[in-house]
Amino acid sequence: MKLRQRFYLVEVLVGLGVTAAHFFANLGRHTARHVFRSKTARGAVTFQYPEERRPYSPRLRSLHRLVRREDGSPRCVACMMCETVCPAHCIYIVAAEHPNPEIEKVPERFDIDLGKCVFCGYCVEACPEDAIRMDTGILEFSSYSRQGMIYTKEMLLALEPAGPAGTPRSLIPIPADRTLER
Amino acid sequence: MVRLTIDGKEVEVPEGTNVIEAARRLGIEVPYYCYHPGLSIAGQCRLCMVELGNNPRPQIACNTQVTEGMVVRTDTSKVLETRQSIMEFHLINHPLDCPVCDQAGECWLQIYYMKHGLYEPRMVDEKVHKPKAVPLGPHVILDAERCILCSRCVRFCDEITGTGELGIFQRGDHSEIGLFPGKELANPYSANVIDICPVGALTDRDFRFAVRVWYLDTARSICPGCSRGCNIEVHYNLRRPHHNQGRRVARLKPRYHAEVNRWWICDAGRYGYKFVDDPSRLVSPSRGRGDAAVEIGWDEIIPVIAGQLRRYRPEEMGVLASPKMANEDLFLLKRLVDHLGLAHVDFSVPPRHPGDEDNLLIRADKNPNTCGAELVGLGPREGVGHGGARGILRAAREGRIKCLWVFHHDLLASAWPEEEIREALRTLECLIFQGSNANRVSAAAHYVLPSATWVEREGTFTNFEGRVQRFWRAVEPLGASLADWEILGRIGAALGLGPQPVRAEECFKALAAAVPAFAGLSYGELRDTGKVVSA
Ligand code: SF4
Ligand code: SF4
Ligand code: SF4
Ligand code: SF4
Repeated sequence: MKLRQRFYLVEVLVGLGVTAAHFFANLGRHTARHVFRSKTARGAVTFQYPEERRPYSPRLRSLHRLVRREDGSPRCVACMMCETVCPAHCIYIVAAEHPNPEIEKVPERFDIDLGKCVFCGYCVEACPEDAIRMDTGILEFSSYSRQGMIYTKEMLLALEPAGPAGTPRSLIPIPADRTLER
Repeated sequence: MVRLTIDGKEVEVPEGTNVIEAARRLGIEVPYYCYHPGLSIAGQCRLCMVELGNNPRPQIACNTQVTEGMVVRTDTSKVLETRQSIMEFHLINHPLDCPVCDQAGECWLQIYYMKHGLYEPRMVDEKVHKPKAVPLGPHVILDAERCILCSRCVRFCDEITGTGELGIFQRGDHSEIGLFPGKELANPYSANVIDICPVGALTDRDFRFAVRVWYLDTARSICPGCSRGCNIEVHYNLRRPHHNQGRRVARLKPRYHAEVNRWWICDAGRYGYKFVDDPSRLVSPSRGRGDAAVEIGWDEIIPVIAGQLRRYRPEEMGVLASPKMANEDLFLLKRLVDHLGLAHVDFSVPPRHPGDEDNLLIRADKNPNTCGAELVGLGPREGVGHGGARGILRAAREGRIKCLWVFHHDLLASAWPEEEIREALRTLECLIFQGSNANRVSAAAHYVLPSATWVEREGTFTNFEGRVQRFWRAVEPLGASLADWEILGRIGAALGLGPQPVRAEECFKALAAAVPAFAGLSYGELRDTGKVVSA
């Protein structure tokens, strides 16, 4: 640390100076644009989230979904690779027999506890069937209870991949047992 | 003895040993699928190829007996290349099934593919399809596509059980394992084929999809299913409690013992553990009969039991010990019985249907520790003339015995007339039941003391030949249940028998000091293989 940085007040003033410089620069640009009708000056603006969204990167890891087969059943074969690799231990799968011996295995239960998930994406990485993805574009799931953060197989199966620019194409699933009491 | 050199290291082995076993002595692994030390040699899988002396062509190690001065190489590029080619052959028609295959994680095809695989497959043709998920019998399910035709299962049924249900049918790459017409793989040892199948072709119907094998932990144990005392491993799952419907013990597997069970166990023993996580488990001490029963803590019930044991005169009390109890439990009970001066003591209750027996493993006596109970001295005593367990129950019916302490037995499932027993249980003033699972005796008992099952504690059983063998704890006792020796130690302490032992080993030490047959034995001495008692 430099000697100057050791004096708290000096650095605070320098910081304030940076903020002020940006403020006045933007004020100038907005004035030029709106008062003097300049065509080139562009001041910084705040996105009016949630009405207005920035495009999401296609690599964004958002809410999980389970990929469906053509008949709507899960592509997942309950191999537990994702459950095994998950560092948060937040995937709970119970396997059952599939009527078709070529598929053999199917999840009877597939819960993800999003309250524990760390969004590492390892589950997607580990899946040998490409049966789980994190491409729904949904980020705003929250709940007043821990129970409400548990997403079941049915909820995960109902989700669609995000549209262009990462806009979600499905609604945020609401767990049946989600309660609103605090 | 024969001396030979393997990979430049010298080793001396008995005549008749094959090269695989000789290499094993040196810690050199020769991979194989079809070879099994308990079965005849088939030379089917060709994976165990090694180079012998100056012989230009690699030979199979399983069918090559050692000779004096033999020079074997298992690490040359020719051997490694051969292994890779053999693996390629084995996998030509093998499906890419590992994620759904129950064997994954303990599959020798996976293990050797990682070591000797050709990672760029050259197979362009469609794989041959064969039947999948075909039940062969009550315990075994076959996926013929995953089979590598090692013929171990066929040889097991031909040579060990002599039942010959299985065969290899068709030819070439359409060969497949199957049952002979009209047969079912239902012999009493059928599930051993699951253990010896090196791949996921034969898997366990009972274990199917229950738990992935990498979640399992292992504890060494002894099968409590009959007086043979087969060495087993308990595979239990505590890592993912939502699997297997919350049952902790997932499966039992045989553990090699040269003199007891070799590589095998019977199906009755293998699937006989279900009582461990059964809803019928007793999980809290309780007092009061039937609907009036209330659960209470150990600190409350121990003085009550001690009080009851003091209240009655010795001739008014009876004890029915169980040959399912470990030596440690039986010894503490014996000490208590002697302290109280009880004479009406026995342990053997004949079952309604006599047990089956054969000359491989299964014994008619379905109790793991009859020999131990006899040696500790809980049988009917000479000259007392109470007529054994049945005599004790008769005395109870006639009101001569007022307080009876029953361990584990479901007396109503015994060979004796039910009405006789029901009446005896009804007439008793004080019936104490100690055991792991509820039965009709516990339902009639005034006091219930819940015991831990054998996987939830350690101890020793003495098998029918007098071999004392240790078993280790796999999981914690369910609920408030305690090991029998612990309960008996607490009651003993309450009755003034000195401090209660804190470990099973202490009980065994005291047993070795008191009972001549066990003299000189200790947990350290028993190790994995156990020891036969003297005389
Ligand atoms: S994103 Fe990571 S933490 Fe979340 S479920 Fe997948 S593996 Fe587990
Ligand atoms: S890794 Fe894929 S196929 Fe396996 S259980 Fe998870 S989602 Fe299902
Ligand atoms: S037998 Fe082995 S290699 Fe074949 S699918 Fe099963 S685990 Fe995979
Ligand atoms: S089923 Fe298993 S043991 Fe039997 S031949 Fe096939 S691979 Fe070998």
